[in-house]
This record gives sequence, structure tokens and C-alpha cells, in this order.
Amino acid sequence: MIITQFVILGAALFALGVYGVLSRRNAVLVLLSVELMLAAVNINLVAFDAFVADRIAGGQIFALFIIAVAAAEVGIGLAIVLLIFRNRRSANVDELDLLKL
Amino acid sequence: MTHLLASADRLLLAAEEAGHGAEEFADGGILASGAWLIPVVPMVVAFLIVFFGKRSPYKGWAMATGTMAFVALYGVVLFISNLNQGITYEGAVHLADIGTQSLGEHVGDIFAIEWGWMVDGLSIMMYFVVGVVGLLVFIYAKGYMEGDVRHTWFFASFTLFAGGMLVLVSAPNLIQLIVGWELVGVASYLLIGHYWEEHENSSAAIKAFLVNKVADTGLFIGAIIVGTSVGSFRFTDIMEAIAAGGGDTPLARFAFWAGLAIFIGAMGKSAQFPLHVWLPDAMAGPTPVSALMHAATMVTAGVYLIGRMFPFYMVEGFADEVRGIIIVIGALTLFLTGLLALVQDDIKRVLAYSTLSQLGYMVTAMGAGAYTAGLFHLFTHAFFKALLFLGAGAVIHAVHSNNMSDMGGLRKYMPYTFWTFVIGSWALAGIPVLAGFWSKDEILAGVQFAGSSESGFSIAQGGAGLANLVLVVAIAGAFVTAFYMTRAVWLTFFGTYKGHGTPHEAPRVMTYPLVGLAAGSALAGFLNVPGVTEFFTEGVGARFFEGFGGLEHHVTSIDWALAGLGSAAAIAGVAVGYTIWGPDRETQQARDTFSIPVLYPLLRHKYYIDDFYMDGVVRPVRGPLARAVNWFNDHVIDLVVNGAGWLAAVVARAVYFFDQRGIDGAIHASASVTGGGGGLLRLLQTGKVQQYAILLFAGTVILVAGFVSFAIF
Amino acid sequence: MGWFESGWGLSLVVFLPMVGAFAVLAIPKAKEEAQKQTAFLFALASFLLSVVVAFQFDYGALGDGSRYQLGTDLQWISAISSRYHIGIDGISLPLLVLSTFVTLLSVIYTWNHFPDPHNPKAFLALILVLATGMAGTFVALDLILFFVFFEVVLLPMYFMIGIWGDRNEVTLPVLRRTTEMRLYAAIKFFLFTLFGSAFMLLGFLALFFRSDMGLVGGTPGAHTFDIELLTEMGGMGVFAGGAAFWIFAALFLGFAVKVPMFPFHTWLPDAHTAAPTVGSVLLAAILLKLGTYAFVRISLPILPEEAESWAPAIAILAVIGIIYASLACLAQTDMKRLIAFSSVGHMGFVMLGIATLTDIGINAAIIGMVAHGVITGMLFFLAGSMSHRYHTREMARLGGNQKLMPIMGGILGFTAMASLGLPGLAGFWGEFMALLASFNPLEGLSLSLFRTLMILGAVGTVLTAGYMLWMLQKVNFGEPSAEWEGHDLHDVDRWEMAAWAPMLVAILGIGVFPRIVFGATNEAVIDVVDGIRAAIGV
Repeated sequence: MIITQFVILGAALFALGVYGVLSRRNAVLVLLSVELMLAAVNINLVAFDAFVADRIAGGQIFALFIIAVAAAEVGIGLAIVLLIFRNRRSANVDELDLLKL
Repeated sequence: MTHLLASADRLLLAAEEAGHGAEEFADGGILASGAWLIPVVPMVVAFLIVFFGKRSPYKGWAMATGTMAFVALYGVVLFISNLNQGITYEGAVHLADIGTQSLGEHVGDIFAIEWGWMVDGLSIMMYFVVGVVGLLVFIYAKGYMEGDVRHTWFFASFTLFAGGMLVLVSAPNLIQLIVGWELVGVASYLLIGHYWEEHENSSAAIKAFLVNKVADTGLFIGAIIVGTSVGSFRFTDIMEAIAAGGGDTPLARFAFWAGLAIFIGAMGKSAQFPLHVWLPDAMAGPTPVSALMHAATMVTAGVYLIGRMFPFYMVEGFADEVRGIIIVIGALTLFLTGLLALVQDDIKRVLAYSTLSQLGYMVTAMGAGAYTAGLFHLFTHAFFKALLFLGAGAVIHAVHSNNMSDMGGLRKYMPYTFWTFVIGSWALAGIPVLAGFWSKDEILAGVQFAGSSESGFSIAQGGAGLANLVLVVAIAGAFVTAFYMTRAVWLTFFGTYKGHGTPHEAPRVMTYPLVGLAAGSALAGFLNVPGVTEFFTEGVGARFFEGFGGLEHHVTSIDWALAGLGSAAAIAGVAVGYTIWGPDRETQQARDTFSIPVLYPLLRHKYYIDDFYMDGVVRPVRGPLARAVNWFNDHVIDLVVNGAGWLAAVVARAVYFFDQRGIDGAIHASASVTGGGGGLLRLLQTGKVQQYAILLFAGTVILVAGFVSFAIF
Repeated sequence: MGWFESGWGLSLVVFLPMVGAFAVLAIPKAKEEAQKQTAFLFALASFLLSVVVAFQFDYGALGDGSRYQLGTDLQWISAISSRYHIGIDGISLPLLVLSTFVTLLSVIYTWNHFPDPHNPKAFLALILVLATGMAGTFVALDLILFFVFFEVVLLPMYFMIGIWGDRNEVTLPVLRRTTEMRLYAAIKFFLFTLFGSAFMLLGFLALFFRSDMGLVGGTPGAHTFDIELLTEMGGMGVFAGGAAFWIFAALFLGFAVKVPMFPFHTWLPDAHTAAPTVGSVLLAAILLKLGTYAFVRISLPILPEEAESWAPAIAILAVIGIIYASLACLAQTDMKRLIAFSSVGHMGFVMLGIATLTDIGINAAIIGMVAHGVITGMLFFLAGSMSHRYHTREMARLGGNQKLMPIMGGILGFTAMASLGLPGLAGFWGEFMALLASFNPLEGLSLSLFRTLMILGAVGTVLTAGYMLWMLQKVNFGEPSAEWEGHDLHDVDRWEMAAWAPMLVAILGIGVFPRIVFGATNEAVIDVVDGIRAAIGV
């Protein structure tokens, strides 16, 4: 089996996610981009699992964990974004510099 | 506090010691044991006058004169009873004991401070002279000082003056002698400077005090050496040590220097050449002061001291080698100062220089071993010199000037003064049968004897040749004496009056003392006519030297040849004086006919000795030397101190600079670096999540790139 | 022994003035009369008690082991085994009485002579504190106690000079700095003395660490500050050796500054000139004596061998001081400064006496100290009163004082005579006996050196007479200058008379009857000298 195509797909998907996280102003899109990066990681995990083919299939289990965590994260993330929007009437991350305080 | 009180047993012991070894003399009984009153009463009265004088009768005069009357009376009684039986007594009161061992090489000796009183021929003679002459001068002073600005103060100091002298002559030890010695000095300072409004007068007073002080250091040192070597300051102990003989005793070893030092002390008080300079200036005081100072107190002290220490200077192996110096100094004084009297215009200065000259005679006599003659001259001199000064005072009182150029012709106006003055000047000149003739003749005889082979006056002591030379000088001095006295008499009493106003005779309170003193001047000589009456010899001393065989020489018969020579010199002096000053001249220049080149300027400038002292010693010390020391103090020693302070300040400033800029700087720098760094880092904290994320990824990329390219794994 | 004899009497003499100082401070500022009366009462009490002490003192007793009497010895600072050990002997007794006597007279004198800036409360309190320091130094028998009292004296004097002193400007030579006289003098006085004290303390510490109680029946190896025990050890030669030289040198520095000896004297003329009258009086009368007293009490008995080897140097410095100070006096134009310099000369005679190491010399030194205390104290009173009236101390301007103020002039003349050593007055004995002693110093000292010094010292007496007489001539004699016409120049007032009369009586009394001092000192001095002789074996 050739792993290269999977790794390239993962890397491209990750780069897309990174781009989205860094460049989008809308918090919802930033969250979506984070999901893209998690998906890229999952692709890599699964690909390397198949490539290594160990007995307990650790890669796939980790991928399942990540999907679960990503679901939870999106839930909390969207809730936060929703609250911020409700307070500020905006979901623009540039206006959110409370971390500076 | 009983230890503070005088111990009576000591006193008795002292009396016993004094009586020991001199059994043939009476101890004088209550008369002698009460003689402590003689010095004490005047001292106490002097104090009382200061405090209560103003309110006492005659503003202190009565108290002072009463005191002197007491002393005179006591002196006369003692004098007469001494002539009858001879008294020797010594009383002492202990004031303090010091130490156990340090004085002398005698372990166990104690330096005892004693106050005592000596009653023997020598001191009795002095009590008599001070008392009698003093009394007359004090009486006279009532008239002279009438209406003076500081009348009471004058009599207080005057009494102190006499009292100091009595402390001096009553002293049985050197310490008390020094006390009296200095008291006389300070009293003379007060009296000479009596009219201190004038700068000149206070300067004269200082001069007298300082010249005396210079000489006193000699006395101090001499007394210290003698006292330490003998182990006691008492005269009786010192005489005992001398009687025990010379050899290698401590006293004998230092005797020459001690004798010289003590003689220097005597030179100061008795104004011997070259320490005579204070006496003529001492004329700044009121005339009674001069009379007392020149006759009875102060200047006689030096002669008295030599008399008191006489065996020390005579016994071989002690200070006998100082004798030559004493004779030479005496002879120089008697001749050189006699010449100075010739060129003075101030009548008191003439008399002052004549005093110097006569003191020279006394000192010469003491040096030659003619103890009786020297003291006899002191005795007779007291009368005629007091007389002359009081006479001069009466004249000054009348003319209101000290200068003979303002006088002349006073014979007519002041007959009492004139006649008594003439008697005094004849007595001084040594005209036969007056007092001065006898005493001066005995001095000449004494010097002649020293020059003879039988006297044993060895070369080391001076030698016969020296004595003969001095004899010639002494006879020449007699001539000079008569010469200048004739001049003084003539310029004052003869010719025409050149002053202002009409002179008048002095009041009785002043003339009576003159008459009394004139009687003394005429008759005192008969107390001691060699071979005929020897009251004075008996009384004053010769007998007291029996412990020292053949120590003292006194003439026992009149040497007609010598007496003739002496009186011939005197008469010649009068005659020459008359021929020169007899004709009355008008101008000052003409009156000073003594214009021999070189000699005259030399005499006018007093041999330049005063100038030498002033320009050579006093001014350099007071001026440049003192200023140099003061400059050294302020600029050198103090520079070290101030410099240390200054240096400390400079160092401190440097340290502070280092502290502020160095140590503190480092701390401040670290703080500001931290702060600055923090401020820079703060710029990164924008609070924008995406920027953080950029950094995060950039960091990751760099790390990964690093790991990959350097293959850290 | 009653309570008085067992230390309480002495302690009261010493500490009553301190109590008085607090009492004065407690009185409100406005009540000046009350302050003065309080100060007077405490000073009087201290003086009277010291007189009682003088009567209690047993003048004949030296036999019972200790020559110190009426004292006590209590635990004080046990950590450094320093004890409250006090007592007096014949040497300190006259000085103790002198110090209380002069303090009392100073308080009387200040009654209406307060220098600017007034403030009697502080001034009186300082005098009283000073009194405690002075009296304490004379009774202390423990080195640390001694040091404490010695230093206590400094502070009040510093403030006296610095606050009440002369406000004229002074320009320092060479350095060309201008400052106020009082500040310059106060700082110079304080630092100079402290400089000496530092060395003194070093010396004390060295003695402490080299002492060994085992030698005198105590714990072996233990150290002590006790003067009496150290003296005993000194007699045994415990401190002999190379280090002793340096110990003596340190003590010498400390004491010589205080005396003051040439060349450590330059603080004195400035301090005296700048100090207010009472300050000068106390400084001259008592403070200078602390140094000479310390020589007799500490240096000589504890380090006898060193005392002998140092004696020639001390004597030479003393005689240089005599001549030098007299010459400096001749150059002065300021009356107070002249008197100040004369102190240096007189203390030279005292030191010469001490340096002979004989009983006559040390007796001379003590009577010289007492005499200098009353005479120079008196001179400073006079100088103060005169500059108070004339507002100048320039002698050239004062001429004719005798005419303007006859009584003041008379007292000045009398005191000047006493100062130049007129027999019959107090100054004579110290001078004459110092010369007498230097003719025959302790065996082993160079005879020719000391005899030369005797002659030079005698020359010094001539110079002394010279400057005193010229001073009198300038100040008292002549016609008064026209500038004083119309000035209110009143003669001696009654407060001055009350303060001065006792001094004048003392000057005359000691002069006529020196046993007043010698009666007390002689036995103790013999004891000291015997100790020295025994230690160096002559």
C-alpha cells in the first residue's frame, strides 16, 4: 500500500483548515476550519493505522475518540459563539481581544 | 581635717635645729618667735587696703604707714637687741610635704613646702633698713601722692612692695625666698606702671618685670639644683652641707652652675650689667616708689641673696669659681653705669644710674669676700639714696618736670631740700666722715685684701691680678660718682632758674623725712668704723660664719693710705665737676659739655644695650618669630587637620558618586531592562486569537523545520 | 559602712546633674526662672555632696589593699564583663571637687548671660549632662564605664559650640573655605576628639584581651576591664612586650588629643574661641583635665614599662608645647584665642610633670591641673564678660579697660598674674615643681635630656610672662578709645561677682596653702610612683 496520497490529502486538508482558522473573521467559519483540521488528522490516523496494521488498531480508535471530542467541541464552541454574538451583536473574531486584559 | 593645720611640733623642732651648733647666741625669745608678724602684717594690710582702704583714714595712707611704723619699730628693737647679744632664730610652719624619695639622691627625703621666718644678723639688718627707710618714704608719700588718681591703690601696692621684700628677707628657705622675690617683682610692676594711661609707663613696667623674669629663671634653676642636691631648700641645711666640705657630693658637683644661676637671679634684681636696663626705666613710677626701690627693697635683694648664700660662693670646692665672674660683673657695673649718669638730663635717671653704680660696688665687695663691707654699703646706701630720691621728688614736685634743664637756682627757693640733697650727694660721693665714705672705704679695703697674697684668692677664683685691677676701677668709679653728683647738684640748685612759675619748698610731711634721712646719711657710717666701733660687723654677720674658718674678711683698722686715695678721688671728682659745670650756661648743648666723640654718643645710647635687647631679642620674638609660629599653626598643622577633613569630604563625594551611579545604577539598570523587555513583549499580546494562532503555527513550523533540517532525532 | 560611703555618695554626685537635666527639660519653656533655679539646685547639691565626699575621704588610708574609697563594684554588662566600678583616690578627689565646683559657678554665671539664641532650657540641660560626664570620668574604675563618661562629655559640648557659639565667618587658610566659626569649631572639636577616642577604645580592647583574671585570683583565662585589676596585672608585667608599645601609642593618641599636646592641639583654640563663655570655661577648666588625668590613672600604672620608654618623647612634646604655645600667644590679636593658646602651654607643664614619673612631678601635674582649672576658667569668664560688653575681642580696641571697668580690670590683672605663675597664687606650684621634678626624673630616664628640658621650660615661663603682660597692657592700660563713649559699660555685676569670687578665693587659697591639694594627692601619687618603680625595678 502506498501511503503518500493519504498523507498529501491530510496535509492539504490541514493547510486548508489552518488557512481558514487564521484568515476567516467569522467565528463560525473558524470553528468549521478547526473541524477541517481535525478531519485531516483523522485521515492521517486512519491511513497510518492501515499502513502499520498493528493488532489493536490504535489509529482507528484514536480517530473515533477525535470524532467524539470534535462533536463535543463544536457543541461548546457554537454555544460560546452564540453567547458572544448575543452579547456583542457580532461574531467577528477581530473584535474579540478580551484575552489582552 | 587636722592634717591641714600647721603642726606645732614641727615648728618647735625647727627652732631647736636652728639653735643647735650656735649656742652662744640668744634665740631672741618672744621677740624672735614673734617676728613672723614682720612679713605677715604688711601682706595682710595690703589686702585690707584694697578692700577697705577707701573708707579708712587718709584713704589707706594711715593703714600703710601704721604698718610700716610697726615694722620699723620691730626692726629697730631687733636691731638693737641684736647688737647687744646676737640673735639667731628660725621658725617654720609646714605647708605641705611632697613625695618620699625623688628629691635628691637621698632616698627618704621629702620636698617640704615651708613658710618660716629667719631672725639673724642679716635679716635683722634688712628688717631695720626696710622698716626705717620705708617708714620715712611712706610718710613722705603722703605729701607727694596727695590727690593722686589712684591714691588708695598706690598705698596697697606700696605696702605689698614692702611686704614682698620682708617675705624675701625673712625666708629661711629658697622657695619662700622665690615667693618674696616674685612678689617684689609684681609689686614693682604695679608701681612702675602706676600711671598706666601713658603707654611708655606700662612698657617700663613690663620691661622691669620681664628682665627680672629672665633673671628669675636663673634663680629658679639655681634653687632647684641646690635644693635637689642637698635634699632640702632650707638655708641651714644648705650651710650644713657646705660646712661638711666639698669633694664628690652632689652639691659640689653642680656648685659652679648652681652658683652661676643663682647669681644671674641676683643680677636681675640688683640690676647688674648687662641686666641693668630695667632700672633706669623704672623711673616711670612715682618718686617715692623709686626711693623705696633703690634704697631698701628690690635692688638690694640680689645683694642680700648673695649674702645669704655667701659660704656657697666662698668655700673652696663649691661655687668659689663664680667669684671672679661676680667681681668682674660688679666692677663693670660700677664703672660703666657711673659714666652713663654723666649724660642724663632727667634727675631721677642720674640717681638711677648712680644706684646701679653703687650696686656694682656692693656686688664687687661680695665677690671679693668682703661680706661686711658689701652689706654695710647696702645699709648706708639705703639712707642716702632714699634721701636723694626724696629730695629729687621734692624738686620735681616743685618744678613739675623731671629734667634738670628746667631746673637751676633752686637753692634759694628750697633750702631744706637743697641742704639735705647736698648731704646725700656727699655721702654718696664718699666725702670723708659721711656714711658713704666709711662703707666705700671698707669695700676698697676688701678688694685690696683680695688682691693680697694672704687672702688665698686663687687664680681659679679670679686671681690677685684681677682684684688689683678691680681696685683701680673702683677708685676710678669713686671719682666718677663724685663727678656726676656734683653735676646734678649744680644743674639743679645753682645758676638761674629755667623752669616756669615760682618753685616752693615742699610741705613739712615731705621735708621731715628728708631731715631724718640726712641724719642717717651723715651718721650711719659711725656704726662701723674699722678698729673703733664694730657694731655692724658684730651684728650683721662676721660672727655667724664661725663654722667656716676665715671665710669672711673685714678690715680691723683704717688703712689711711687707701682711705686717703679714696677720698682724694672723691674730692677730685667734686672739684672737676665744679670747674666744668660751675659756670652757668644757657643752652642745653652747652650744659652737656661732655661731648667727647665716640664716647658721648655711646653713652647717650646707653652702650646700645637697650637697642640690642629691643631690636635683637624682643621685637624678633614678638614679631616675626611669633607670627611664624602662628602661621605654622594655621597653615601647616591645621592644614593637616583641615586637609584631612577636606580629603574626607572629597573621598566621601567620590564614594557617594560610586554609590549613586555605580551600585545603585546597576540595580536601576536591571529594573529598567526588565521593564523595557516587558514592554516589548507586551506588544505581542494583542488579545487576538488568530494572531496567537499564527504565532503558534509559525512556532510549530520553525520547530519542525529545525527538527527536520538538523535531524535532531 | 553607711549607704553614703558604699558608692551611693559618689553615684549621687555623678548622676544628680543628669537627673537635674531631665528635670529642667520637664519644665515648660516659658518658665525660665524655674529652669534656672532647678539647674542651680542640682548643681549645688552635686557640689555639696562632693564636698561631703571630700570630708568622708580618709586621707591617711592606703593600707587596706585598695587606695580607692567610697566606691562600689556592681554587675553591669556581664557579657563583656564590664562592671559598674567606681571609687576615688587622692588623685581624682581634687578633680572631682573641681568639676562640680566649676559646674556650679557656670550655672550661676549663665543666670543672665545667656548667649544667643537664648533657650536657657536646653543650655542648662546640656551643662548638667556635661557635669555628669565630667564627674563620672573621674570616678570610673572600669575602662568601658570610663569610655562612656569620656564620650558623654563630647555631645553637650558639641551642641554648646555649634548652637550658642560664635557666628562670625571664618575662612580657612590654604583651603580657602568660608564657614561659620561655630560650625567649623564644633565639628573640628567633635571629630578630632572622636578620632583620638577611637584609638583609645582600641587600646582598651587590647588591654582587655591581654588581661587574665587568673593572675589576680579569678577564673584563669577570663578577661577584665577593671582598672584596679589591670593596674595590678600591669605591675606584674603582664602587658610587657612588643604589643604594649602599640597599646600605649593608642592610649597616648586618645589622651593627648584631649590634653591637648602639641601637635594635636589645633582643635582647642578654635573650640575655645567659638564656644560660648560657659562652654570655654568648662572646656578649659575640666575637659582638658580628662586627658591628663587618664594618663595618670590608666597609661602610667597599667603600662609602666612603656611609660618609661615613652616618657622622653612625652616630655619633649610637652616642652615644645610650652614654647610653641607661648610664641603663638604673642602673635594673637584676639583675647580669647590668646587665652586658649595659653592653655596649651600650661598643659605642657602638666605633661612635663607627668613625664618625669616622679612623685614630685605627678603631684605638680595634679596641682597644675587644678590651678589651671580655676585660673584659665576665670580668664575665660573675664574674656566672655568683656566681649559681652564690648562686642569685640580684639585686644587693640579694648585698651583702657581698667579705666572703664576698674573692678573687671583688677580681676583680670590678678588672674593674669596667677596665670603667669606668680608665687603665692595657684599657678606657681605646678610650674615650679614640674621644673623641679625634671631636674631629677625617675632613675633610668636621661638626665641630660630632662635637665635641658628644665631650662627650656624655664625659658617658657619668661615667654608666658611676656604674653600675659603684653595682653594686660593692650587690654587694660592706656586711654580708652573714643568709640566706647556713650556705651553702657557697666562694671562687674552681682551674678558675675557671685560666680567669680569663689574662683578668686580658690586661686589665692591654693597658692598660699597648697596642702589643700597636696594633702589629698600625695599618698595616692606615691602609690602610683611606687608601682611604676616596682614594675621597672629601680
